This record gives sequence, C-alpha cells and structure tokens, in this order.
Amino acid sequence: MSPCKAAHGTMLRMSQTHADYRLSQLDQLEAESIHIFREVAAEFEKPVLMFSGGKDSIVMLRLAEKAFYPAKIPFPVLQVDTGLDFPEVLETRDNWVNRLGVNLVVASIDDAIASGVVVDDGKTSRNRMQIGTLLNAIEENGFTAAFGGGRRDEEKARAKERVYSHRDEFGQWDPKNQRPELWSLYNGRLHEGEHMRIFPISNWTELDVWDYIGREGIEIPNIYFSHQRRVFVRDGMLMSETPLNPMREGEVAEERTVRFRTCGDITLTGCVESTASTIDEIIEEIAVAKLTERGATRGDDRFSEAAMEDRKKEGYF
Amino acid sequence: MADTTGTTKGTNMDLLRFATAGSVDDGKSTLIGRLLLDSKSIFEDQLEAVEATSTSKGYDYTDLALLTDGLRSEREQGITIDVAYRYFATPNRKFIIADTPGHVQYTRNMVTGASTADLGLVLVDARQGLTEQSRRHAVILSLLRVPHLVLAVNKMDLVDFSEEIYEKIHAEFTQFATKLNIPDLEVIPISALNGDNVVNRSENMDWYSGPTLMHHLEHVHVASDRDLIDARFPVQFVVRPKSDEFHDYRGYAGQVAGGVLKPGDEVVVLPSGMTSKISKIDLFDKEITEAFPPMSVTVHLEDDVDVSRGDMIARVKNAPEPLQDIDAMVCWMTTKPLQPRQKLAIKHTTRTGRALVKDIQYRLDVNTLHRDQETKELGVNEIGRVQLRTTVPLLCDPYSKNRATGSFILIDEATGVTVGAGMING
Repeated sequence: MSPCKAAHGTMLRMSQTHADYRLSQLDQLEAESIHIFREVAAEFEKPVLMFSGGKDSIVMLRLAEKAFYPAKIPFPVLQVDTGLDFPEVLETRDNWVNRLGVNLVVASIDDAIASGVVVDDGKTSRNRMQIGTLLNAIEENGFTAAFGGGRRDEEKARAKERVYSHRDEFGQWDPKNQRPELWSLYNGRLHEGEHMRIFPISNWTELDVWDYIGREGIEIPNIYFSHQRRVFVRDGMLMSETPLNPMREGEVAEERTVRFRTCGDITLTGCVESTASTIDEIIEEIAVAKLTERGATRGDDRFSEAAMEDRKKEGYF
Repeated sequence: MADTTGTTKGTNMDLLRFATAGSVDDGKSTLIGRLLLDSKSIFEDQLEAVEATSTSKGYDYTDLALLTDGLRSEREQGITIDVAYRYFATPNRKFIIADTPGHVQYTRNMVTGASTADLGLVLVDARQGLTEQSRRHAVILSLLRVPHLVLAVNKMDLVDFSEEIYEKIHAEFTQFATKLNIPDLEVIPISALNGDNVVNRSENMDWYSGPTLMHHLEHVHVASDRDLIDARFPVQFVVRPKSDEFHDYRGYAGQVAGGVLKPGDEVVVLPSGMTSKISKIDLFDKEITEAFPPMSVTVHLEDDVDVSRGDMIARVKNAPEPLQDIDAMVCWMTTKPLQPRQKLAIKHTTRTGRALVKDIQYRLDVNTLHRDQETKELGVNEIGRVQLRTTVPLLCDPYSKNRATGSFILIDEATGVTVGAGMING
C-alpha cells in the first residue's frame, strides 16, 4: 500500500477546511483565458482578435469582454470575409460587434484577389486563399498579436501548439522549433515583421465551449441549432443548397432536419441531421457523437492526415 | 437570437492536470490510449485514421501512439518529441494530460509539461523494475514540485501478476523517494494493454487492495495544493474605462497567485511599500467577497496609490521580500550553454527585467542526484543551481511555497527565445 495512507486523516481535515476554495473546471478555464487576454493587452503593441462568428470566436469575445470590463475591449476584431460565409453568422457577428462597441476590420478575399494579394487560379479553394488574405491584413494593419479560437482537442497538430505561437516574417509556423512554454509565464518577444498567434482557449474542449455558452446565455448563430434546410450529399457530407455552392450533376437537394457543428466556408462546411434545439440537447448529442466536429463536417481537414499542420505552417488560423 | 439559457453539467466538475512521462516501450501511449478509449474520448474518425496509418506502415496492431504523436516529423521518427496536450473527462472531473517524451535529450519538454501539473504519472515496466529513466522522471517531477505522484507498475500480465515483483519495485521506489520531495505517492500495479487496474479493478491481482488508476485520478484531492495562506496578487493590467458611466473607475486586474483576498484587507503594494485597504473585488460585473487562486479578478484599493503592471499586492504583515540576488534551480533549454557573466531577460509573474548570471554552483545529475561542482556551465536539458543578479527586484517566494511566485523564465535577448526555466530556492 501507499506510504501516504497514514496521512489520510490529515488530508480529509484539510479538504473540509478548504472546501469553499474550489473552482469548477469551467471557472478555472475562464480564469486562465482571461489571464492570457490581459497579458497580451499589456505586452503587445497592436493585438487583434480573429473573429469568424463561430462559437469558439464568440466564446473568445465573451472572455475578452470579461477581461477588461467595464472598459471596452482594447483591440479590434478582424474577420476574413470569404464571400462564402453563412448570412446567419454575419448577422451574429454584427450583433456582437455593435453590443460591445468594438472596431471591426474586414479583410475580404474578393478585395485580395482584385488587388493581386492572392491569385484565384480556379483550382485553389477559398479556404486556402484565406491564408494570404489574413497575412496581408495582419501586415497592412501592423498587428503584432492575433487571437485565434483554436483548441488543442480539435486536431493533433493543434495539440502541440503553444498558447503564444510564434510566426516569422512570412507568417509561418515552425512546429519543430517552438518556444518552451512553462507555468503561466508567456514570452511575447518579437522581431520586426514577426507576429504572435494567441490561443486563449487552447485548453477548452468542444464540450467546455458548449457548457460555457449555456452558462453565460450568450448569442450564437442559429444554424448551430436544429432547423429545416434543403441539403444535398457531397463526399459523404450534407451540404447546404445555396447559389454560392452550385450542385454538380447527380446531386439532389431535399429538405432535412439539420444543424451545423462548426461554422466555416459554406461550400466546405457540412451539417448533421439533428433535432437538438437547445444547448442541453446539443451537449447530449455531442456526448454520444462518434466523429470529431472537424472530421464530421469539414471538407478542409479531410485532404490528408497532416492537412491542418500544413496549412498552419503557412499561416492559417 | 437563439435561446442559449439552460443548465449545464460541466459547471460543477473540477479539473486535474497531470503529466505523463515514459517511452513507447513503457507502454505510455497504450495507457493514454486506454484512458481515452475507456472514457470514450476518442472518436471513430480518429481511431480509423490511426488504424489506417498502422496498416499502411505494415503493423499488425493499432499503434495508439499515433494518436498522441501529432507532428509529421514525430510520426516519421516514431517518437514523441514535443509536449502534447490531451483531454478527457469523467462525470466529475475533467483531465488535461501533458504527454511528454521520456528520453533524456527531451528533459526540457518534460519540465515544461510538469510545470503546470497537479499530478505526475511515471511508468515502469514490471519486467525491468526501476530504471535510470524512471528515477529521472521522479526527480524532475519532484524538482517541479508536482504534489502528487503515481508510479504505475505496468505490464503486470508479463510477470504473472506477481505480488512479489510489485512489492520489490514499490519498496525500491519508496526508498529512492525519501531523497525527493514527494508529498503524496501511490504505486499501482496495472496492465495497460489488457486494462487491469486502469479503469476496472483487476481480477488477476486480488492481493492489491489500493485504488485503480482511474479511481485515483478521479479522487486525488488537489484543491488544497495551492497556497491559501499567503496572499499574492501580481498586477497585470490597470483597468480604466475613461467612459462617462465609469469615470472614476480604476481597478487592478490580475490572477490571484496565493492566499485569499477580501474587501477590508490591509494590503501593501510592492515594491513601493505603500499601504492601503482593499475596497472591493470585481469578477466581471459582480462584486465578490473573496478571491482565491487561480481566479482572475479586478481589485480596487481605498487610497489613490500608484499601482501599475508588475507590482504585487500582498498583506501588510505577510509580503514577499523584494530580491535582486536570486538563488534558483535552472533548467537550460537551448544548445548554446549557460555560462557565468551571461546576460538574459527574465520574466517573473508580471514583471520583466534583465538578469546577470553570477555563478553556476553545481550541475545536478538528474539520474543520480549527484552534484557536479566542477563544470561551470549548463548544457541543453541540464539542470543546475544558479545565482543571478537582476536589474529589478523580484517579488518572490520560494518555489517550494508557491509555484506561481517562485518561478521565472529566462529569455535570450537577441533571439527572443525562451532558453531557461527557474525555480527559486529558499
């Protein structure tokens, strides 16, 4: 038996004394994220929050609101407009931005193509073109730190990423050469032209995000909840019928009861059949889900085993 | 707007961060894979991807290590290089695993993973008994003051579930642990491959009456590990809205690093030494009556004293001593060795300054605990006792008392890279 068994009585007494000084895991995650937001605001000249309107970036915005309250969030939010965003997502984005009174910077892929920042060769997906558009927006505005809603539970390349993730002057990530990150002591040193990606919800899981949205009672795009939608099947995924994503030969649209697990580019983001119309029902559904949210509904992560790692190296979110 | 109100279960769970160390040979990946599988934290598409890769590599088994080795280079080399974070939950607790490599050339990665851990899990192969590697892992976890340690004696199925072998390893490790700082030790005989004593109690080892690994992870008490006596509040950010509604609002935002703060407490602001009283504590838009670690709050003082980032709020009769001569254990993390007279940037709590290396007293052999006083430098992955002189006073406590106010990082001023991790002696 363990040599510490003798001390068991003492431990019990201690736990009674400190019973009140226990923080739930959601409160601990929130405290950690708020700490990160404040560190960045204090140490970086020009931070920006990358906001897609999806649930993870909404949780980020909520945490930023809490970190600086009652002051306004001391940095703008940046959205990369693919031209293929769900209208419901853009509406939620505007509601949040207006309520908080933050500055919104929109980097549009169409503008980037028009000005030659990225090239539309007819083969490259808009998902890929986001990289050049984003990096250009960061450089043009002189942003030194960009908050992203990436979580380590999402994908295995992300599982190794730091909270402060360094990007060189080309915006590239070097996964083999990451700075060690210890305790909650973050190193934000940069050279001219470099920037830092900051992932304040690194340690949150999909379930944590939902629990938090439920606890806080905050607005998210309604496409996360069950609704009727005309959809068709492509590559095993249910895609939305929309002029933005023309159907190919043999594809047939029909009305189904669905919801989205992630909010991305409308041509790459599939939905799942679901009757979950409340946060609790969504949580129940996730608890028994058999596929990860990205594997189930994101065409962009299906290209290869290292799809995410490769895009991240180039400067993806 | 969608209706998002409702009750959720996760709000009542608590959190355990644990670090694992070991190589593939010890069955570490198999064990993590089993914890994830048995707690239903692996999804079908993740498992399918791993199965497909295993098949394409010609393995006749599913290599669960592929789940944790996330980077292309790691999969190519078949080893874990970097720290990977894994997540799983049981109904009462969420777990964050810092999965770290076991080899000596990756000691810095293990130090990184252990820095935030409440519990360390060391694996030994029952056939081999304690090895240099398992001793080194215990030494590092003890240096990083990870308060709980589990020694999992794995592959019990390959030694016929022998109580004698378990007892021998147990005794040998307990003997070794007397030289270390391990407040809580549990030695658990398991078979990660078959699941014995991992989640379910083994039917093959009825001589063992202790907890299963999962039971221990779920119930080990960690809330009281933090220092709840010595109030420490490093100021991160001054909140001044400058709006009509909050015209005179001036709050000090930060994360409580120790003790319990309450309105009415008489406090001192360091390093200036000015005293005041806490007038209120805000948590977002609510006033709270107590703040304790690791809460992120905003503290208000009665008097208009000068407080800025890098300052520390503590109790008048219980404050850390501002120190410029620092005696610390340092883990060196870069190939260019640490040498006397070297100048570096230092970050401690929310304070940043510069540090000069005055002396390297000894290098610690993490395998044997031998102190080598001859070598006056630290190479990559080496740990030693170092004396520093800093440009600004650090408002610090011994690391053994408080991991937040007792730790610092060293940064190369030319490259900007984090090159060292320090734990203040006292």
